[in-house]
Amino acid sequence: MKWLSLLATSSLLAAPAAAQTIPSNSEMREHTREHHGGLTLGYVEGERLEYRSNEGDPVFLWDAQGWYGGDINKLWVKTEGEYDFKADEFEEAEVQALWSRAIGGFFDAQAGLRHDFAPGGDRTFAVVGLQGLTPYLFEVDSALFVSDDGDVSARIEAEYELLITQRLILQPRTELNFEFQDVPEYGLGSGLSTAEVGARLRYEIKREFAPYIGVSWERALGDTADFARADGEDPGGVSFLAGVRIWF
Amino acid sequence: MFNRRKFLETAAFFTGSAATQTLLPAWARSGAANDMTGLKALSGTEFHLRAAHTPVSIDGRPGRAVAINGQLPAPLLRWREGDELTLHLTNSLDEDTSIHWHGILLPPEMDGVPGVSFPGVRPGETFTYRFPVKQAGTYWYHSHSGLQEQAGHYGPIVIEPKGADPVAYDRDYVIVLSDWTFANPDHVFAKLKKNSESYNFQKRTLVDFFRDVDEDGLDAAFSNRAMWGAMRMSPTDIADVTGETYTYLINGHGPGDNWTGLFNPGERVRLRIINASAMTIFNLRFPELPMTVVQADGLNVKPVETDEIQVGVAETYDVVIQPREDKAYTLMAESIDRSGYARATFAPREGMSAPVPPLRERPTLTMRDMAMAGHAGHDMNMSGGMKNDSDDGMSMDHGDMNHEGMDHGDMDHDGMAGDMSGHSMDAGGETALQEHNHPTGVGVDMVAEVPSRRLDEPGLGLENAGHRVLTYSQLAALDMNPDMRAPEREMELHLTGNMHRYMWSFDGRKFSEVDGPIVFNEGERLRLTLVNDTMMSHPIHLHGMFFDVVTDPSSHFKPRKHTIIVKPGEKVSVDVTADAVGDWAFHCHLLYHMAAGMMRVVSVHPRDAMMEHDNHDMHDMHKSHGERS
Repeated sequence: MKWLSLLATSSLLAAPAAAQTIPSNSEMREHTREHHGGLTLGYVEGERLEYRSNEGDPVFLWDAQGWYGGDINKLWVKTEGEYDFKADEFEEAEVQALWSRAIGGFFDAQAGLRHDFAPGGDRTFAVVGLQGLTPYLFEVDSALFVSDDGDVSARIEAEYELLITQRLILQPRTELNFEFQDVPEYGLGSGLSTAEVGARLRYEIKREFAPYIGVSWERALGDTADFARADGEDPGGVSFLAGVRIWF
Repeated sequence: MFNRRKFLETAAFFTGSAATQTLLPAWARSGAANDMTGLKALSGTEFHLRAAHTPVSIDGRPGRAVAINGQLPAPLLRWREGDELTLHLTNSLDEDTSIHWHGILLPPEMDGVPGVSFPGVRPGETFTYRFPVKQAGTYWYHSHSGLQEQAGHYGPIVIEPKGADPVAYDRDYVIVLSDWTFANPDHVFAKLKKNSESYNFQKRTLVDFFRDVDEDGLDAAFSNRAMWGAMRMSPTDIADVTGETYTYLINGHGPGDNWTGLFNPGERVRLRIINASAMTIFNLRFPELPMTVVQADGLNVKPVETDEIQVGVAETYDVVIQPREDKAYTLMAESIDRSGYARATFAPREGMSAPVPPLRERPTLTMRDMAMAGHAGHDMNMSGGMKNDSDDGMSMDHGDMNHEGMDHGDMDHDGMAGDMSGHSMDAGGETALQEHNHPTGVGVDMVAEVPSRRLDEPGLGLENAGHRVLTYSQLAALDMNPDMRAPEREMELHLTGNMHRYMWSFDGRKFSEVDGPIVFNEGERLRLTLVNDTMMSHPIHLHGMFFDVVTDPSSHFKPRKHTIIVKPGEKVSVDVTADAVGDWAFHCHLLYHMAAGMMRVVSVHPRDAMMEHDNHDMHDMHKSHGERS
């Protein structure tokens, strides 16, 4: 009995070594199958990397995302924020790390964490979201956030691409933020807190590289606007912007 | 028939500088000044082939190919029917390689598909293929490893028949069509996965919108766009990879290099056309000459004269042309999306060229291609009615020649459901909604609700060509089909995909997701029905066995093919005789579709094993009987 188990152990040890030199038919088949549909890939996109006039108080805005994974499951990272040149500080800065799973032909469900470094003190949120392409070709990114203080908020971004020529593309964009309660320490009031409507006109020198110009109207609304006014800030304004969209 | 060799000598004698090339057979000569990429032939029964990275020049621009024996395309292999071949493939690459003999009937372990029929060839190793040649005609060979096909690993095969060749010709040329990119094929694939429309620079723009408003009215133009938008589809998605990155080649020559074949006026010139592209379906024509199709996929067909042929990736057609005048003729091969072209010149002397016609307007998909119930009539109103235009165009321009085509045209509306106004439904058949017993999750962005039989239609975008266009139903085998049994079993397989995510599959499952092969049983006659649930034309290829294309179920002269283009929204049937025991690859021959998952293994189970399996109970019964007595 002992020598039998010894034999079994040694053959188990020997098996992987043999497999490395001459793969078995089933291993080869597995390898071939994996190479026909099982590709894992990484993607990085700087969707908005732009300078915004911001009515004489210019900022740099970044909005980038990237993923790594296969057709169904991906690790998805998003970051966006604004850097104020005059104040020499970040007005906003957030990073999200999400697990993304394809749930339909055109949509991915996402869940994970978001961390804000600015404004104010650090805040962390739990995130669930839905990202994809709606009928009539609107690119939508929507998410529900719950902060570590239990504050609930939501955001929806939608974009549309209008081809003027094959390379000159007008992209209207809107972003709405909702608060489900007042968060006075961050100047946020319950309800629709901020809205942004803009359009960018880009020229795709290559599909992967497109400089653009645009205009954006941004406004705090409701109680959020009141908080801003109380702080001596303008609750809204128009920005002219110039930037670049890249992906690889 | 003329003496072929004599004509070659005569041609060489008369063509000055071509005399320096007399060592090359006629098909390999070109008028291009620096013929660094010209074809060379190997013949005999033993062949030495070496795969290696090789510098090449495409229209004067240096590139790096994966080539065989330093040539792009790989050497022409001339075989003779009945010979026993020995072919050594040495791998001088830094990755595995392989050769698959496309369309050749041989033992499965010689078929050359890594992970399906053999282990592949490791760097530094030599693999020896041995098999008898059981057929004649025009075929080709290519790598089945990674994306090497895109990088130049393909070449032609011409097999001389044992008996008399039924085709009369004075000289023959091989025409290898291909698509070349200076980009790394892995990057091309990754780019498609990241943004599937990366290479499409022929989308519909505002300019097109205003033109359509002008032509069809605001309502029509707007609702047409709303309809496509609602489906999240693009009607301009004709080719995934386009002239934006591709230089289209004939015999390794870009349009600028202008590969030239010589002829003497009045000669019958046979062209062995092979589409060795990775991704490009070509529309091929001589603006000034008709072509007589004599062979398709290596097998002789009853001669049929035509003006244009859509050649799917991996298909081959032999045609005979007879240029009578002492002038140059252009062979024009437009990519299916009209984003570029390959061209060659046939001329009595070197250095001549004929006008190259401008690229025609890129086609757009119609609701017929989508096979949507209730939309077909819609489309006719809104985009001007593609099918109607086709019929009108044909009957007006070429009424005499095209009565057959016209009749077919009128009949083939069977796929357009009852909502199609004013069209006869006499052909019947596909008016019922198509069943879909396959997953339709993430990887399937649409299904064909009412697919149609389209074998008698020209290929995508050639409906309004204004001249004769070859259709599959015009093809008939010259020799009677070897197996005339009616199919015992039917199997339906759907071509599925999600263009947005660039996922491609059969029956909604990528090759990486399936758990077993498609099983055929040795000796059975099987009807395989393919339903194209996607908006693209897919050249579908089965290794080891030919498809008898069911153009007419009662015919004993069905055209036999190794590769068939399945049009968008089409339902097509092919009969297969499962006579080749073993595992065979079955896939879309668009390279990146295959890489994305549109592939399966077809396993032909031996009859004995099948009996054991199927009649397991019966065997047990017999056995127990035996024991008892």
